[in-house]
Amino acid sequence: MTSEFAIEARGLSKLFGDLKAVDDLDLSVPRGQIYGFLGPNGSGKSTTIRMLCGLLTPTEGSATVLDVEIPGHARELRPRIGYMTQKFSLFGDMTVLENLQFIAEIYSFPKAGRRARIEELLNKYDLAEQRRQMADTMSGGQKQRLALACAVLHRPELLLLDEPTSAVDPQSRRDFWANLFRLAEDGTTILVSTHYMDEAERCHRLAILDHGVKVADGTPQDLQQNTGMHVVEVTDDDPYAAQTVLHDLPEVASVTQLGIRLRVLIPENYDAPLDIVSAALSRAGINAHIAIAPATLEDVFVAVTMGCEERHS
Amino acid sequence: MKSISRLIAVTKKEVRQLRRDRLTFGMIVGIPVIQMLLFGYAINTDVRNLRTAVADQANTHLSREFVADLVQTQVVDIVDQVETPMMLEERLRTGNISIGVVIPPDFDRRVIDPERPAVHLLVDGSDPTISGVANQLRAMPVRFDVGQAAKRNENIEVRPFYNPERRMPVNIIPGLMAIILTLTLTMFTGVAIVRERERGNLELLINTPVSSAELMIGKIIPYIAIGMLQLALILVVGHLLFRVPMRGSVVDLYLAAAAFIAASLALGLLISTVAKTQFQAMQMTIFLILPSILLSGFVFPFDGMPKFAQYLGEVLPVTHFIRLTRGVMLREAELMELAPDFYFLIGFAIVAMTAAALRFTKRLD
Repeated sequence: MTSEFAIEARGLSKLFGDLKAVDDLDLSVPRGQIYGFLGPNGSGKSTTIRMLCGLLTPTEGSATVLDVEIPGHARELRPRIGYMTQKFSLFGDMTVLENLQFIAEIYSFPKAGRRARIEELLNKYDLAEQRRQMADTMSGGQKQRLALACAVLHRPELLLLDEPTSAVDPQSRRDFWANLFRLAEDGTTILVSTHYMDEAERCHRLAILDHGVKVADGTPQDLQQNTGMHVVEVTDDDPYAAQTVLHDLPEVASVTQLGIRLRVLIPENYDAPLDIVSAALSRAGINAHIAIAPATLEDVFVAVTMGCEERHS
Repeated sequence: MKSISRLIAVTKKEVRQLRRDRLTFGMIVGIPVIQMLLFGYAINTDVRNLRTAVADQANTHLSREFVADLVQTQVVDIVDQVETPMMLEERLRTGNISIGVVIPPDFDRRVIDPERPAVHLLVDGSDPTISGVANQLRAMPVRFDVGQAAKRNENIEVRPFYNPERRMPVNIIPGLMAIILTLTLTMFTGVAIVRERERGNLELLINTPVSSAELMIGKIIPYIAIGMLQLALILVVGHLLFRVPMRGSVVDLYLAAAAFIAASLALGLLISTVAKTQFQAMQMTIFLILPSILLSGFVFPFDGMPKFAQYLGEVLPVTHFIRLTRGVMLREAELMELAPDFYFLIGFAIVAMTAAALRFTKRLD
C-alpha cells in the first residue's frame, strides 16, 4: 500500500530543554514534488528535517516517511533517502572521486554499475575536472555540487536538503535549482529548507515555519492570493516620513521599506485600503504615488509571521 | 555481504586519511623510537656516583683507608673535603651534595667498640632512592681486619634471575612497550570519532546504512595493524640497541599484544563516545595514562603498593600486559602459564567495545 504522500507528519514536536523547537507540526508532502520549508534561522527547519530522517527522536507525534513509521524504523529508511547537511560534511582530506567511491561503497551500490554511475554524476554536476582535487580546497559551489552528487548517488526516492544554498553565490544557486528540477522530473521527492524568498517561490509547495509552528502552507500562488491582506505600494522620495505616518495608523498591519517604495499591509476586512492610505498621507502633507499591488511571497511571509508574534506576546 | 563491504569501506577510508596525515603517521613511528631511546638510556635506578663530601675529623691511617674503600664502591663520588659536620649540613641543604660522611675524631677507638657507631652518614632523604642506596653503605665493613669480616655478609647470596647483569633497559623496555602502545593507540582512536563529529562527517555517516558496529570496527582495524607495527619496531630497537632478550615465544607475545591492543583501542573508542571535542578526548587520555604509568608496576613494584592502589592497578589493561611481556620476554613463560592476565585483556576489550557501541547511538540527541 503506497501512500500518495512521501511524508506525512502528525503533531510532530521537539523539545530541547524548555525550548520548543518544533511545535505540533502537521505536514503532507506529495510524491515527486519539491516541497519548501521557509523560515528564519531557529524556526525549526533543521530540527524537523532531522526528525524526519531519524537523526532526532520527536518528543511527541510521529510521521510516515516513504511508508515507514518514524520514530522507530529509521534504519529501513536509510538506503531510500538522501540527506544533505547544512554544513559541508564530506571528507575534506579525500578527493572528489574518493568521496564518491566511499559513498557508493557505504550504500552498497552494485559494483557493476558503480564506475558508470560515478562518471555520470561527475559530468552531470560539473565535477569532472575536479575529480582528483581534495574536497577541502574546492569553492563553495563545487562543494555543494559534490554534496548533492553524494546525496543522490544511490538514487534515493526522497531527498532532504537542509539549507543547501546558504554558502553559495547566486549563479550557483540557479544551477543548483535546475538540478533539483531535473531530479524531481525523474520522480524524486525533495524537501528543501531555505530562508531565501526567491528559492521558496520555485517550490511546488511550501510551508512557512516560525518559532517551530507552521503558520501557512500551500502552493506559492495560493499563499500569495490568500494573504488576507491588501498590499498598497507607496512611492515617494522621502519614504521615511511616509513610513512614520503610516506606521501609526490603526488599520495598517505592517510597513516594509524597499528603496523608495513602501509596502503597506492592510487587513482585508477594511474595504478601501487606498483611501485609508491617501487620507493619512494628505493629512500629513505628503504627496506620494500610491497603488494596489499583488502580494509577493515576502508579503505573505510578513503577514503570517506577524500573526505568530502576536500570539507569542 | 553488505555488512563486510561497508566495514571494508570504512577501513579503506580511514587508512587513506591516515596516510595523508603526515604528523600522525610520523608519530606512529616516531613516538616508539624516540621514547625507547630516551628512556632506555635515561632511566636507571642502579644509582652510582652520588655527590659526597667528607668531614674527616680523625684523619688517621684507618680513616683515610675507610674513605678510599668508600670511593672503591663507586656509589659515592667525593667532591669535597670539609672540616666540620656543620659544613656538611649546609652543603646538603643547598643541594650541593647528596651524602655527607662524618668521621669523628675518636674514629679508631669507635671501630673496635661495638656499642658506638664509627661513622655517621648524613643523607639527603628528600630523594627516596638516595636514602635507599645510602642504606647499602651500612653493610660496608669498617674493621682493622677488613678481609675476614667481609666474608660474614655472604650468608645470603642473591642470584638475580632473568637479568643477571642487572641491566636497566631489560627491566624498562617490556614495560615501556606497554605504555607506548596504550598511549598512542588510546589517543588515536579517542580522537578518531570525535574529529568526525567536529568536522560534521558523523552527521553524514549516521544517515547512511552503515551501522555503529561496522563504523567502530572499521575504524579500529587500521590501528590494530599500527599497534602490531609499533610492537615490531620496539622489539627490534630493543634487541639491537639494548640487547633486550626475547626468551619466550614471539607468537605468544603477539597474541598477548593483540588482546592488549584491542583493549586499548576499545578504551579509546569509549572515550570518543563520551568526549565532545578532540581536546576533551586528549584530556581523558592523559587522565588514564598517568595511573597506567604509576600504578601498573612499570615504575614501582606492584606488591609494594597499598591495597586500594593495587585494586586500581588491576583494572588497568597496562598492568596485565606488563606482566605478560615481562613473563614472556624475560622469564620464558608460556602464554597459558599467564592465562589470567591474558583473559583479563580479552574480557576488557569485549566489555569496553560493547559499551562503546551501545553508547554510540546513531542519533544526534
